[in-house]
Amino acid sequence: VSTIADILAEHAGKAGALLPILHDVQKSLGYISEDAMRDIAQALNLTRAEVYGVVSFYHDFRKEAENRPIIKLCRAEACKARGVEALVPLIERHSRVKVEAVYCLGLCSVGPAAMVGDDVYARLDAERLTALMERA
Amino acid sequence: MKARISDDAVALACGADAVAEAFERAGAVVERVSSWGMHWLEPLVDIGGVGYGPVTPDQVSSILDGSAKSIGPIVDHPFIAMQSRLTFARAGRTRALSLEDYAATGGWDGLTKARAIGADAIIDTVIASGLRGRGGAGFPAGIKWKTVADTPLSPTDQKYIVCNADEGDSATFADRMVMEGDPFMLIEGMAIAGLAVGADKGFIYIRSEYPHAIAKMQAAVKTSAPLIMPFVIEVRVGAGAYVCGEETSLLNSLEGKRGEVRAKPPLPALEGLFGKPTVVNNVLTLAAVPWILAHGGEAYAAYGMGRSKGTMPVQIAGNVKHGGLFEVAFGITLGELVNDIGGGTDSGRPVRCVQVGGPLGAYIPPDQFDLPFDYEAFAAADALIGHAGITVFDDTVDMAQMARFAMEFCAVESCGKCTPCRLGSTRGVEVFDQIIAGKDVDSNLTLIGDLCETMQFGSLCALGGFTPYPVMSAIRHFPEDFGQ
Repeated sequence: VSTIADILAEHAGKAGALLPILHDVQKSLGYISEDAMRDIAQALNLTRAEVYGVVSFYHDFRKEAENRPIIKLCRAEACKARGVEALVPLIERHSRVKVEAVYCLGLCSVGPAAMVGDDVYARLDAERLTALMERA
Repeated sequence: MKARISDDAVALACGADAVAEAFERAGAVVERVSSWGMHWLEPLVDIGGVGYGPVTPDQVSSILDGSAKSIGPIVDHPFIAMQSRLTFARAGRTRALSLEDYAATGGWDGLTKARAIGADAIIDTVIASGLRGRGGAGFPAGIKWKTVADTPLSPTDQKYIVCNADEGDSATFADRMVMEGDPFMLIEGMAIAGLAVGADKGFIYIRSEYPHAIAKMQAAVKTSAPLIMPFVIEVRVGAGAYVCGEETSLLNSLEGKRGEVRAKPPLPALEGLFGKPTVVNNVLTLAAVPWILAHGGEAYAAYGMGRSKGTMPVQIAGNVKHGGLFEVAFGITLGELVNDIGGGTDSGRPVRCVQVGGPLGAYIPPDQFDLPFDYEAFAAADALIGHAGITVFDDTVDMAQMARFAMEFCAVESCGKCTPCRLGSTRGVEVFDQIIAGKDVDSNLTLIGDLCETMQFGSLCALGGFTPYPVMSAIRHFPEDFGQ
């Protein structure tokens, strides 16, 4: 696990470094803490408000820890056409995973599709999605 | 025996790794290659040119002993044989990260030619090809390059090539397939663009939802670095904001800011990344360039119709039997793509409509399926080609829900800079909720019409500006779903 200081040192001098830094911090800590935002702001000579503004703008960045496994389920048009909305009630029954909507994983011909970490899953039906939620 | 299996994200999502392991356990040599783009057959296994698919691990022994049923020679499959693959010439045939495979299949020919003929002749070639921006706007690529090339700069200053790989439209995956299947082609295209305009630094901005594309591009950038010197490429990763596919928002994101849209002018060609002259092109635009340089602008322009020259990698998706990537010259009709090539719906029910061009594209009913794939023909029908994704819907679709979703999507993804998009989309959701509940339907539909007009003409970028396309086309073609 890299510390904030390690991450800041690694990106020192890089043009437009804020997003790469935030990605690395979230990968390392799981979320972007208030402390991390303060350190990043200081290192990049930005205000804390500017860093907060960027963190809150992008759907990927979370400001609080999430301990449950996260399943990103595509809810965009092509997966809707292939029946993803019928799977949504299933999600609500599973509290051990956090299911987030994502708009397109580029698997639009083989949906409904989902992603857990970097692993992708297609042709989901009730059975496959349930299995995914149980082992994620 | 050698089994060639794709390691593209669609193949992986359909279980290709388990199939590859089963072949290895059975003693076969496994080679991981790019995808042919016949997604309904994934995982597709290619043994000596003969295809099997979709394959499950328990079918491996019957494939190896010759008793399994094949689809025949892959290149003769109608889905492949009917295409004109220029950009996707290597799809299914090469290993994505093999410099050897790339060079053996004409790789770097375009860059070699570009180095020999110089900047002015490169731009002339791209202009002669008629290549238009494949991201959706359809602006002539050569003219954009010429604008950046002609922008004066002090010798110590910097121009940039930015590749927009923030492919967020539903039903599009061609950029992903280029990056995961033929990354050196994109790198070659960027290096040629750099030569043409005098830029020695390039960025590829890839959406975070594409981890496999990110990994392949990073590896490819590293291994090809000595071949494209002095041009240098860096991969940057987005953070889940759809609006960053808009070029000025993408530039802000690359600069480490909120991905808010910039007002134009100034054009990015004059004041782009870090305020410097910048070419921003889509993956498919840059990926078409090596072929154009290697074969000549006229050879590319020989494909297509009217002012839509060359080929378009069409992505057939949604509720469709034969989904995948179909690269074809402009001019093919929508009906041929959906019914003849796509084979109709996967559910077997009648096609009710298609949405072309992603979440900001119009819904088109089957009685307009004679529409040719051509930028101008689509514009004349109040529709857009966009990034050429087609989502097929069967007759169970509720168009009022889809129109509401178009507004909801716009509300979720709006950058918030301009009022018509930020507020209009949220108001749109509220009004659709009333319409769906059957309250004051006539007057609420009039309100939606007014709202759409405000969004279309008052928004800064295509997110707010084009959301009216799906909304109004759904109401126009399917009034019965709106209580009319």
